[in-house]
Amino acid sequence: MSDARDDIVTVGLLAEGMHDPGVPPAGIRRAPTGVDDLATEHLIVNMGPQHPSTHGVLRMLVELDGEEVKNAEVTLGYLHRGIEKLAEHRRFDALGTLMDRGDYVSGIMGETAVALAVEQLMEIEVPRRARWIRVMMAELNRIATHLLWYGTMGLDTGAMGPFLYAMRDRESLLDILEAVSGARMMFNYVRPGGVVADLPVSIEAKIREFCDAFDTYVDEHDAILAGNEIFQARLDGIGVIDAEMALAFGLTGPNLRASGVDFDLRKRRPYDAYDEMIFDVPLGVTGDAMDRFSVRMEEMRQSSRIIRQCIEGMPEGGYTAKVPKVLKPPAGEVYASVESARGEVGIHLVTDGGTSPYRMHYHGPSLYALQALEDLMPGYLLADGCIMIGSADIMLGEVDR
Amino acid sequence: MALDRLTGENSLLFIRSEQLFDLARTNSLWYISFGIACCAIEGLMSASGPRFDFDRSGVFFRNSPRQADVMIVAGTVNVKMADTVRRLYEQMPEPRWVVAMGACASTGGPFREYPNVVMGVDKVIPVDVYIPGCPPRPESVQYAFIELRKKIRAKTEERLAARRERD
Ligand code: SF4
Repeated sequence: MSDARDDIVTVGLLAEGMHDPGVPPAGIRRAPTGVDDLATEHLIVNMGPQHPSTHGVLRMLVELDGEEVKNAEVTLGYLHRGIEKLAEHRRFDALGTLMDRGDYVSGIMGETAVALAVEQLMEIEVPRRARWIRVMMAELNRIATHLLWYGTMGLDTGAMGPFLYAMRDRESLLDILEAVSGARMMFNYVRPGGVVADLPVSIEAKIREFCDAFDTYVDEHDAILAGNEIFQARLDGIGVIDAEMALAFGLTGPNLRASGVDFDLRKRRPYDAYDEMIFDVPLGVTGDAMDRFSVRMEEMRQSSRIIRQCIEGMPEGGYTAKVPKVLKPPAGEVYASVESARGEVGIHLVTDGGTSPYRMHYHGPSLYALQALEDLMPGYLLADGCIMIGSADIMLGEVDR
Repeated sequence: MALDRLTGENSLLFIRSEQLFDLARTNSLWYISFGIACCAIEGLMSASGPRFDFDRSGVFFRNSPRQADVMIVAGTVNVKMADTVRRLYEQMPEPRWVVAMGACASTGGPFREYPNVVMGVDKVIPVDVYIPGCPPRPESVQYAFIELRKKIRAKTEERLAARRERD
């Protein structure tokens, strides 16, 4: 890098015919020769918790040599709000509210995980329509999540425009989600036994309209960033996670699939109505940031495909099974997991026969991606580190819980 | 705009310096982009998105506290975070204002029973406007800024009145 810059300076000055390149003119100082032998001091920089590209309250202590990261240390706990502990005092149908606030951008999927766990414990048979509604809502939510990630990815690379386009589409998505569930973010829509309310009248037209528009928009989104030379240069070959490393760190979701591992819970362990849906699972090749980008872009297209199938074939029937007002699952233990937008969201419930869980464990994918970051960043420039954080799509609410 | 109304035909403006500063301040309230939790998505991201577009009323984000006038506390402040919030607040130049956005920043919200969560950011820094909701819609945040403007103007009026009385 520095060599290239030197060349440019020399050429520029020569063109004006001002001096011999061997002798720097007065006022321009060259680094003394043999500078490589000199030791430089490492600088420890505190990045976060208030930093625009840490996506929340992530705090990193980075040891820098010039601009090169020598060591990165993640500090957690700035958003620890005791979701797991509070769950021990919530009724089973209210656990969803906590899950909404855990991974606050993809709430529907978190709620589904809790609902699935309680249903397994109580052996509730969910009506087919409810399962289809859940799938549709989850996919709408997945697009919303990926759009937000797409926008911030643009911001991380210094592009403001993609963020505005992404937010435009996200707003029309939130309109749909709001029409169905009543809230823009904290849905609390999926409950044990089904969903809380049936789809409103004529929402299908609205969703279809969105899908039609989005199918062209998503190509636009893709072209704006992936077709941009600067963006490619910033992402290609950055933060390579190969399949072995991804598995060793326990990555799930798009981060794992970008490394070429074909693992999607929607296919491997179908829940709700995913066994009835036709969709592809996009895979990456090298596992660098660009692959993670393309996998997520393709996932949005696939989600739109699933949503179309849902509105075409939405079955008739009830939207919820007959469940008691106060849920009292028998004593036992259960683990249920869903494929959220970021990876596997799992709920481990231990019950003692009461009206709230004895213990709940919330397994989120972001913590594992964060651990991988610590290993990835050394050796790269700090600016590349921001790209890695962005492309890993971490959600601090879910990391700290 | 307001200035035209004030100047009239002669294009001469007689205004107290305080009022002039107010005019400038109230129309460019820059907030620090400091999202803590869920509320940040609504209050900072959707808000600067194309639909709500706070930018058109002069409300825009700055990444450094030293360039910001307003701090939107958007999210749950816990004990570990409280220190940082306080420090960021102290780094902001005077005059500075704080908007506590959402149930969490106002009272602790859904997490107030948890001992690690600070019951409202007003335990740490002074708050000017509270916005209820979990999360409040971007419209509510817009309303909070309207209220904040009123508050800023009222303060100057108060000061001017006090001086008039004294003289
Ligand atoms: S008020 Fe609600 S939405 Fe806002 S930070 Fe607290 S839990 Fe999240």
